[in-house]
Amino acid sequence: MARIELQNIAKNYGPVEVMRDINLEIEDGEFIVLVGPSGCGKSTLLRMIAGLEPITDGEFRVDGRRMNEVQPRDRDMAMVFQSYALYPHMDVARNMGFSLEIRKAPSQERAGKVHDAAKTLGLTSLTARLPKALSGGQRQRVAMGRAIVRDPSAFLFDEPLSNLDAALRVEMRLEIARLHQRLETTMIYVTHDQVEALTLADRIVVLNAGKIQQVGTPLDLYERPANRFVAQFIGSPTMNILEVVPADKGVLLKDGTVIGISPGTDHASASDLGVRPEHLNIVPEGSAHFSGTAELVEHLGSDTNIHTRVPGIGQVLVRQHGHVPLKTGDTVNIAMELDKVHLFAPDGQRLEPVLGSG
Amino acid sequence: MSAHRHSSPLAVTGKYLALALYVGFALFPLYWLAKIAVTPDKLIYTEGTALVPSSFTLENFRTVLVATDFLYYFRNSLVVSLTTAAITTCIAAAAGYAFSRFTFRGKRLVVAIMLITQMFPLLMIIAPIYKIVAAVGLLNSLTSLIIVYTAFNIPFATFLMQSFFDGIPKDLEEAGMMDGCTRFQALRKIVLPLTLPGLGATLGFIFTAAWSELLFALMLINSNDTMTFPVGLLTFVSKFSVDWGQMMAAGVLALVPSCLFFIFIQRYLVQGLTSGAVKG
Ligand SMILES: Nc1ncnc2c1ncn2[C@@H]1O[C@H](COP(=O)(O)OP(=O)(O)O)[C@@H](O)[C@H]1O
Ligand SMILES: [Mg+2]
Repeated sequence: MARIELQNIAKNYGPVEVMRDINLEIEDGEFIVLVGPSGCGKSTLLRMIAGLEPITDGEFRVDGRRMNEVQPRDRDMAMVFQSYALYPHMDVARNMGFSLEIRKAPSQERAGKVHDAAKTLGLTSLTARLPKALSGGQRQRVAMGRAIVRDPSAFLFDEPLSNLDAALRVEMRLEIARLHQRLETTMIYVTHDQVEALTLADRIVVLNAGKIQQVGTPLDLYERPANRFVAQFIGSPTMNILEVVPADKGVLLKDGTVIGISPGTDHASASDLGVRPEHLNIVPEGSAHFSGTAELVEHLGSDTNIHTRVPGIGQVLVRQHGHVPLKTGDTVNIAMELDKVHLFAPDGQRLEPVLGSG
Repeated sequence: MSAHRHSSPLAVTGKYLALALYVGFALFPLYWLAKIAVTPDKLIYTEGTALVPSSFTLENFRTVLVATDFLYYFRNSLVVSLTTAAITTCIAAAAGYAFSRFTFRGKRLVVAIMLITQMFPLLMIIAPIYKIVAAVGLLNSLTSLIIVYTAFNIPFATFLMQSFFDGIPKDLEEAGMMDGCTRFQALRKIVLPLTLPGLGATLGFIFTAAWSELLFALMLINSNDTMTFPVGLLTFVSKFSVDWGQMMAAGVLALVPSCLFFIFIQRYLVQGLTSGAVKG
């Protein structure tokens, strides 16, 4: 049980400010994913929550109690490290039971809990091995087991899957999701992989350069990104950004095409138009917003990605469901789904539709 | 992926030949030491350059053990070297841990000073050291040697220990602290077991250095009771002759503790204890 609050958290390394104005409330049992590019401060934030890194400023509370100065061992949180950090001189069972050993739990209780966790994670046959005799995936499981055995009030994960190969990553992702459903414990999960973020999170916190860009459900972030950074970070392939200037009843693309915008959108200060590749369609010539030449066509089976060069506008990526029989050099006529188009101000903020006007 | 390499037999032969040459070169003085130790005195000069003496004797060893003060010297050396090694390693481990894990004011200054001490020619400070030791009345005591050796070995031993601590991922201690350890518990239960190879290497290094030190021992000790082995060895040189056979026999005996020590710690040296700690 843990309701975690971060209030105006800031972090400096000496004179260097790496994080500021972090405000976040995490409900008990919530699965929160911190996502952002490498170096944006995800690990630092997680380590401040864990108590491994001092908090420079602000207040960190768990269930209403200030925890800034509390030692890691008294925070009742378990952490899974990116490197797994298994104790190399202890076998799997002792690794998993180490927290209980330190707390001087009776050895019967310890053995029972370790056995249960090992069973959950399919490690029963490996409990006598040393970490060096395990594969990467097995080590990852042991690291998870060590956290589960604790029965902590919150789990902290720092890119736990980034050292696994793709197939194993998908499998472990499912397992973590299942674990959360079963335990209903607060989880804070750090990743730079937006697919992990979108699939696991109740709510996602997007960080960039030490600041929170947006907090929201995966669908929130996809449909209503707060700014250009979030828009381009969430969603794969990346959202197309086209330069525009405001016009009378819409915006003007650089090649002169007028894009009518649904009434109510405050487009007077628009400088960029964002549209996801999946919200572009290939249409007959007459109904296209613009046309270009296919430079590269990726046939993925379920989808086709068409990298198109549009004169006067630049590179545009179109994603179509299923197989599209196009090849390099073909002319592509493209229409946007106008209700899915985003407009951004020069400072990168998304322009909200102004309800009620026009 | 390690590609399977087919080495030509010629290359293999060459490799082993080079290895054999190197080992022969390195071990030859030791062989000569042992050879002279078992050669009867009267043959030493007549068969001076023969690789194998025409007859063997253990007489030199017997004389050294029963008729000279060798066992005293030996005991003194053992006391000095073991104590120095133990004290130095403890201090170096503590200091090395601090250098490896903490940032604190003056860290760079301390490191710089420690480096500078390593650059001084020893000869320059022999006289001041003598004055200091004499002033505190520690001349002719094993304590003086222990103090001096410890002081001189700490900088290097500290760097050595620091590099061993640097090799242990910080994550491990942090995992321990998340698991409920205090920093000290994490140090004792996680870092210490993994540092055993480092402690072994440092102990061995300091022991050997103290065991064979001659300069300070010569300066600070001149009573027979407190002579260490390297000084004692010089008593085999008299005004008129050198007891080569006995000297070499004593030398062979003096190698024994060093060898035993390294045999004892070598399993810690070769063990890759940290393997498996982090991703494979
Ligand atoms: N010990 C440190 N001293 C100085 N700067 C640091 C230290 N640790 C991290 N940083 C800086 O803080 C920023 C955030 O780092 P980190 O939290 O590790 O990023 P992420 O986990 O998102 O990749 C980076 O710019 C990094 O250079
Ligand atoms: Mg990180």
